[in-house]
Amino acid sequence: MAGNKGRGRAAYTFNIEAVGFSRGERLPDVVLKPPPLFPDTDYKPVPLKTGEGEDYMLALKQELRETVKRMPYFIETPEEKQDIERYSKRYMKVYKEEWIPDWRRLPREMMPRKKFKKAGPKSKKVNDTGKDTSLTNTADVLKKIEELEKRGDGEKSDEENEEKEGSKEKSKEDEEEEEDDAAEQEEYDEEEQEEENDYINSYFDNGDDFIVDSDDNMDEATY
Amino acid sequence: MTQAEIKLCSLLLQEHFGEIVEKIGVHLIRTGSQPLRVIAHDTRTSPDQVKKALCVLIQHNLVTYQVHRRGTVEYEAQCSRVLRMLRYPRYIYTAKTLYSDTGELIVEELLLNGKMTMSALVKRVADRLTETMEGTDGKTMDYAEVSSTFVRLADTHFVQRCPLVSPTENSEPGPPQPAPTLVINENDMYLVPKLSLIGKGKRRRSSEDDATGEPKAKRLKHSTDNKEPIPDDGIYWQANLDRFHQHFRDQAIVSAVANRMDQTSSEIVRTMLRMSEITTPSGAPFTQPLSSNEIFRSLPTGYNISKQVLDQYLTLLADDPLEFVGKSGDSGGGMYVINLHKVLGSLATATLESVVQERFGSRCARIFRLVLQKKHLEQKQVEDFAMIPAKEAKDMLYKMLSENFMLLQEIPKTPDHAPSRTFYLYTVNILSAARMLLHRCYKSVANLIERRQFETKENKRLLEKSQRVEAIIASMQATGAEEAQLQEIEEMITAPERQQIETLKRNVNKLDASEIQVDETIFLLESYIESNTKRQ
Repeated sequence: MAGNKGRGRAAYTFNIEAVGFSRGERLPDVVLKPPPLFPDTDYKPVPLKTGEGEDYMLALKQELRETVKRMPYFIETPEEKQDIERYSKRYMKVYKEEWIPDWRRLPREMMPRKKFKKAGPKSKKVNDTGKDTSLTNTADVLKKIEELEKRGDGEKSDEENEEKEGSKEKSKEDEEEEEDDAAEQEEYDEEEQEEENDYINSYFDNGDDFIVDSDDNMDEATY
Repeated sequence: MTQAEIKLCSLLLQEHFGEIVEKIGVHLIRTGSQPLRVIAHDTRTSPDQVKKALCVLIQHNLVTYQVHRRGTVEYEAQCSRVLRMLRYPRYIYTAKTLYSDTGELIVEELLLNGKMTMSALVKRVADRLTETMEGTDGKTMDYAEVSSTFVRLADTHFVQRCPLVSPTENSEPGPPQPAPTLVINENDMYLVPKLSLIGKGKRRRSSEDDATGEPKAKRLKHSTDNKEPIPDDGIYWQANLDRFHQHFRDQAIVSAVANRMDQTSSEIVRTMLRMSEITTPSGAPFTQPLSSNEIFRSLPTGYNISKQVLDQYLTLLADDPLEFVGKSGDSGGGMYVINLHKVLGSLATATLESVVQERFGSRCARIFRLVLQKKHLEQKQVEDFAMIPAKEAKDMLYKMLSENFMLLQEIPKTPDHAPSRTFYLYTVNILSAARMLLHRCYKSVANLIERRQFETKENKRLLEKSQRVEAIIASMQATGAEEAQLQEIEEMITAPERQQIETLKRNVNKLDASEIQVDETIFLLESYIESNTKRQ
């Protein structure tokens, strides 16, 4: 297209004069960098509104910001341990009242499962230390692994590792099952549902955080 | 959901509920509805924490849940509701102006807790009010007084019931459902349960409850066993934000009329709005028609204007080119309505005009208004009509075009779209300009919050120090220390440090005030966009 326009002329497909440039005038440079982060403004901003209402709302806003930090809904991230324990830290702990959600209004899965959790950490710890109960049941575990290997013949070896650990988990839960009474049947259904799920295996394997957490507040139904 | 909105949601959630809730909330906003397990997996958070975070979000009405076909529960974030957190101070302040301190505390507690039962709310507000009544010993706040304010708030629809848990669930055979179904009963939305709340607010002076040494859970059981079941158990209340918005809108209309005409006409419009407050749904384009006789009867008693004057005012208002007030009939001495849709459009246009004026100067604003008025204009026409030299006018037009305040419409004379045979018409599309401006407002608020957090973080050490010194001084004053000692402690903060704190305070105040005021613009633009999308 541009070729047949001849030499030395800007190859525009439209008449530049229509956009407001006279013939031969230099066009502005092409901008290749992003605009500045804090550009100069041609006009200064107007001052903010002030008045009694505005002042009160400002005070309210700042007070509200402090208040929400003291509400039970404010979940703080577990702090990483500091090298030096600060004396002042002890006095900066804020008192929070506990909050018991109305479980009737929440989906059932929200409810922390008390029974399960009490039993949970025990078996988890066992998993960590690796000995104790699991030794007594080694035969059981081995049998499970064999079963799984047979079942998972076609699967990749990568997954097998996961499966094994998952099966350990399962066997442990089997133990619990024996201990638990029929009253827990309802809760157990859910667990079984979970086991059918893929997520649970991978999740339990590297769920280090989970163990720590559930240890902390294993028998508290309150948030 | 634009990036700017997500960013703002994230900052708001973080300030209100901490980082974990923020992580879960933002994840839900980004991805839409998801089941618990997927959330935990994708955010790499332990299910326990996800549960906690979801509980908090559901409690505050920021997340809703829905049972899926296969029995899984999916959670969905209400993004626009999250953005409302920015407006909390304004809601509370409004409650204060309407229903004094008691109303203020009721709304504040509701916003802080998401939802509460009436009995718990009344108790808490009475306690708080009693605590503030220091000095006058023995004076306490009566529960009855707080509940009467609450009833008034419910009558004017500023608070409403949360959806109830449907009772059919329990009687159903088979395994219980994974989640309760919540139903809204339209008729009792504002129905206050009959409660006999007798008692007075208590000061928290002694925590004898805590001193008993009983474990918490036990104590809880204790209290629920002993007392009769809570009378309004399960009936939760929340602040009705739409009603607050309606109030803000009405205020904006009244002040707009006052600015355009005079105080009397604004008072007439206020009366009309008040009369149709509850009868008109919040999204309606018009108020209910009101006859001039009705308006005359409802005017505030202190206002001494005769029927003739009122009729003159109403005709004047109806003749106004902005069409805030329209005449819908002649019966009953003339029926009048307020055209809410038109009002919001005018307010949004005025906002846009003033933004253009403050950003690009008055000459740009002249061009902007010109194009608004004439709808479509060619570049040459703009130069001529605005009486601005061609070069400058071009510059201004292009600037506004590049900032998206204006649009360029091509109308080709021939099908080949050749530039020389095409009309280029400049137009202003108010709706799209308002959307653009709204987006910018979200961005500015997010920037303001980030800046504020940065400023406070930079001076964290200094702030902590000053707080500590203040605490020491306060405790020394209580024990009756000498003036010299206090002076000594006060000097622990050096003059430059004091100056730095002053500067910081001033900056933070400015940033906070800006946040509140940008939100006012956000409110206007949102209402306009909402009223426009509803009509289509």
